[in-house]
Amino acid sequence: MTYWDKEKECMPREQLQKLQLRRLQETVYRAYAFVPAYKEKMDQVGVKPEDIKSIEDINKLPFTTKQDLRDNYPFGLFAVPMSDVVRIHSSSGTTGKPTVVGYTSKDIDTWAELMARALYCAGASKHSVVQVSYGYGLFTGGLGAHYGAERVGASVIPTSGGNTHRQIMLMQDFETTELMCTPSYALFMYEVMREMGIDPSDLKLRAGIFGAEPWSENMRREIENKLKIDAYDIYGLSEIIGPGVAIECNRKAGLHIGEDHFIPEIIDPETCEVLSEGEEGELVLTTITKEALPIIRYRTRDLTTLNMERCECGRTHARMAKVLGRSDDMVIIRGVNVFPSMVESVLLNIPGVEPHYLLVVDRKGNLDELEVHVEVSEQVFSDEVRKMESLGLQISKELESALGIAVRVRLVEHKTIERSEGKAKRVIDKRNI
Amino acid sequence: MAKQISVFLENKVGRLAHVTRVLGEAGINIRALSIADTSDFGILRLIVSDPAKAYQVLKDARFTVSETEVIAVQVPDSPGGLASVLEQMTEQELSIEYLYAFLGTRGDDALVIFKVEDISRARKIFNEKGIKFLDENTLYKL
Repeated sequence: MTYWDKEKECMPREQLQKLQLRRLQETVYRAYAFVPAYKEKMDQVGVKPEDIKSIEDINKLPFTTKQDLRDNYPFGLFAVPMSDVVRIHSSSGTTGKPTVVGYTSKDIDTWAELMARALYCAGASKHSVVQVSYGYGLFTGGLGAHYGAERVGASVIPTSGGNTHRQIMLMQDFETTELMCTPSYALFMYEVMREMGIDPSDLKLRAGIFGAEPWSENMRREIENKLKIDAYDIYGLSEIIGPGVAIECNRKAGLHIGEDHFIPEIIDPETCEVLSEGEEGELVLTTITKEALPIIRYRTRDLTTLNMERCECGRTHARMAKVLGRSDDMVIIRGVNVFPSMVESVLLNIPGVEPHYLLVVDRKGNLDELEVHVEVSEQVFSDEVRKMESLGLQISKELESALGIAVRVRLVEHKTIERSEGKAKRVIDKRNI
Repeated sequence: MAKQISVFLENKVGRLAHVTRVLGEAGINIRALSIADTSDFGILRLIVSDPAKAYQVLKDARFTVSETEVIAVQVPDSPGGLASVLEQMTEQELSIEYLYAFLGTRGDDALVIFKVEDISRARKIFNEKGIKFLDENTLYKL
């Protein structure tokens, strides 16, 4: 087992917590002193930086949400003068004002280190050829992955997203060994490979590091079987730093959070109460080394659990379970929480059914209805109506038993559900609520 | 014995027009067709002049397509003609998935396309009972 930074990654927890406390205290002091919005929030609840005497005191601090970033658009939460900011990233702002994040050169360095750790953890090295098919630009995925892959010393192919035929041609000709993109794009690449008559087992590809959207264990199996690779889950969000916040090791038993840079907590998304280890809830992250944009107790909306036990791989950092879904991606139908990943899992358990699906929620009269669109692949297509209807019925029965609500399944033509080169859109909510 | 091309179609405006256009542009003639429809989707079944080519062009046009073995039976073109064929099949407990008429005749006979559960048994029974059916090459050229 090799580590990128053994001292940090395998630091005994006691020592790690001391480091975390010192860094947390610094961060809170800086945020309070230099960011009026943080000072105001802390004053409101009557907490001062010197009140943070132990790691547990973190729960005295107020939460930060996406709305806080929007309210302080664009640079209101920055803790350094703009002359120290060397990079700005931003969300697309499709659901409101964009959220803007900034980095000092030390932040960029931290990020590259985290990504290098992640890549190393997933088996990449200076001998690797890493293809970065995350979008380059305002989105943190592309550049974040790029800097990490360069830091490792790999040969980086910055293909960015899109132009899938060319992506695959380069993958073949440049002998890509690691692919970085969203899991849904990886599956789309597989489809295009098939169309191009390329057998994935003829490629040099050995691993994929996939993130930026929640994906199920079944989806992992599907990708691994189809592309003949090892698929690793990477976690991150631009508000915290970008990709590289957490990564799976080859045990694939949870994602190691870079705890020397972030403090994770799990809370009940309704009551905001901090939950204990192993309980499922919303992940809250605090950055403890970020200079330009320190973020205190950020509500990620991602639902997971934490495991503080030392991993078999030797790393001591807390592991978060694969993200089950987002509390805002979740749709509540007749009081039942439904995540797209649950639908995905069910579909992948039915032979021949592919994970291309769309949840359409609508309100008919006073009743919410869930319709799941599922593509008919050649494998499951039959010329007999009876068989097609029983396929639809089987899918809806299995969905109903997994989700606990009535589901109408609509069989749609192959390749008509939009393929995404970035984050896949899985839910259309037509209710006006 | 003959090959039928089956196509999965959503119930959406213009899908059928699209299938037939794709075939037309490839110079493929449709000799028989039927559609089985439900509220969400339909299954189009076609007998065409060149099934292998039809399969490929439809697949290239991103339709979900399959090839299905069917049997083209010659049925006396007179009252009771089909009834007597069906009665003999019933007697032999030969179950039929579906059937549809072919556009055109063979001599004095009408042609009916049958999809049966067990095609080799069907052929055997037809031969025993003297029910005529067409080989595929004759059928595509009709």
